[in-house]
Amino acid sequence: MTLAQRLKIRRISAKERRQLAIGLLFASPWILGFLFWTVYPLISSLYYSFTRYDLLRPPVFIGLQNYKEILFTDPHFKVVLPNTLYYVFFSVTLSTITAFLIAYLLNTKIVGRPFFRAIFFFPAIVPITVVAMMWGYLLNPQYGAINAVLRALELPIIPFLSSPDLAKPSLVMINMWACGYGMVLFLASLQDVPRELYEAAIVDGANEFHKFWFITIPMVSPVILFNLVTGFIWGFQDFSLPWLLTGGGPNEATEFFALHLFRNAFRYLRMGKASAMAWLLFVMIIIFTYLLFKTSARWVYYGSEDRK
Amino acid sequence: MDKSLSLASKVSEQPRSSKKKITPLGVLGYVVKYSIILLLSVSFILPLYWMAMSALKIPEQVFQIPPIWFPVPARWVNYIEAWQVDEFSLFLFNTIFRYCIPVVIGTVVSNTLVAYSFGRLKWPGRDVLFAICLMTMMIPGQVTMVPVFIIFKHLGWVNSFKPLVIPSFFAGAYNIFLLRQFFRTIPEELSDSARIDGANEFQILAYVILPLVKPALAVVALFSFMGAWNDYMGPLIYINQSKLFPISLGLASLSATLNQVGIKGLAYPYLMAVSTIVTIPIILIFFFAQRTFIEGIALTGMKG
Repeated sequence: MTLAQRLKIRRISAKERRQLAIGLLFASPWILGFLFWTVYPLISSLYYSFTRYDLLRPPVFIGLQNYKEILFTDPHFKVVLPNTLYYVFFSVTLSTITAFLIAYLLNTKIVGRPFFRAIFFFPAIVPITVVAMMWGYLLNPQYGAINAVLRALELPIIPFLSSPDLAKPSLVMINMWACGYGMVLFLASLQDVPRELYEAAIVDGANEFHKFWFITIPMVSPVILFNLVTGFIWGFQDFSLPWLLTGGGPNEATEFFALHLFRNAFRYLRMGKASAMAWLLFVMIIIFTYLLFKTSARWVYYGSEDRK
Repeated sequence: MDKSLSLASKVSEQPRSSKKKITPLGVLGYVVKYSIILLLSVSFILPLYWMAMSALKIPEQVFQIPPIWFPVPARWVNYIEAWQVDEFSLFLFNTIFRYCIPVVIGTVVSNTLVAYSFGRLKWPGRDVLFAICLMTMMIPGQVTMVPVFIIFKHLGWVNSFKPLVIPSFFAGAYNIFLLRQFFRTIPEELSDSARIDGANEFQILAYVILPLVKPALAVVALFSFMGAWNDYMGPLIYINQSKLFPISLGLASLSATLNQVGIKGLAYPYLMAVSTIVTIPIILIFFFAQRTFIEGIALTGMKG
């Protein structure tokens, strides 16, 4: 009996061991990559954030000085933080709203839906360097098309990217133009809303607004959450568009977190300070994601079990 | 539930038939809806149209007010001249053969293996590791950027495509997740019967699973190709020698060169010409693989 038990146990564990070996073998690219490009960098980045390190000399431990400097004495950071929050907040909310409204329009009975969907989606995949070149030209105060039209109409020109007040809104506008990914997600989820819900609502005397507010919004709310979460995570890290279009200017109006970090790391070779900034960025992203998920219990509706 | 449904569908026949009547209000709504959609789609496409048209202008047309939306005569030779301002043929070669193709191969191979492990193999600890894998999506690239740069610098890989290509052979959470979603839709019986026939896991993956998930592989290949084609920040960090520039850096440096020289004459047409050329492959990919795109995106959002 005991022998049989032991044999049985050993057999299972042997089989499990084999399964484990095969599973790990197949997963090994990710496991190794995780160790090389995530675990080790996370640990060493945390260590660097407590040091002064310029790549030429070995890192010198300086305790919390980098964090203190960034949060309390760095004159740039007082501008960078509100800049980033402004840019991320308006980019994410406004492009989510744009994406949703376009998807809502396209979800009505409409001729040529695939055609319009393609048009609204395409800006999202235009290479970022091209987006920057194209919009830089379009928005140029002297030579840009928009201001040329205004000039022809004898209206005052708009100094989009060269004005500290308008540079951020201009970037937000470009992000709204490139909202295609969100639009496709919204459209897919709108098409999944069961028609019966609307029909039942009509029976109960619901008007268009009721249908929109009490059926459409709750049914796509998981996608709204998904768009907001990915939007915030991405938004805090957005680098290429502002770097290419404004380079942080004019007058630091578009100096965002990711730009400031890049500048410190690769232009001034302040690896320690850049690492400290990266960790602050990480903490900010975690806080935002946490808050979004926490409030989501109140407004996100995850369908009932009897559907699908 | 069933009762209310059947009731709803019965009742809904009435308003549906009455909708066919053409009322003035209905026509107005129709007109308004299409005007909004048309206006919006024109404003979405106009920047790209402006870019393509500006590429064909002669200097006088560039500075004309009101702006010219359709240049006659079109100066097609701008494309050739702009291409020769810098070594764009070399940049194109770098982008495709040193960056895009290796990345596509690395991404597809590594993510297929890992997604197979997480999606179709059972082993202790799998779900914990997969959860960790998904969590890595939250880590901003900036946190790992500095140490990873230092690793590659010590390896002497700065000013090569290795830092941009090698990591793609180690799979990534996003693609693992996407492929795993596809893999799990395939009935387990197919794998089981192959196992009974004595196939090992590599054979099952290659001969049973892969033929069934070609669309998913296409999505991964497409996205990784475009990711490399569009990438600006990676090359900006690792590549300083202009001989090694990918086309994104080439375009950015063209803009800097033209700015230094001063915006005059054909600077803008040249810039827009190269921008248009850089966009064309994306247009082609999108045109031929629109379904793959839309479905790929919809799929990643599904379980979000």
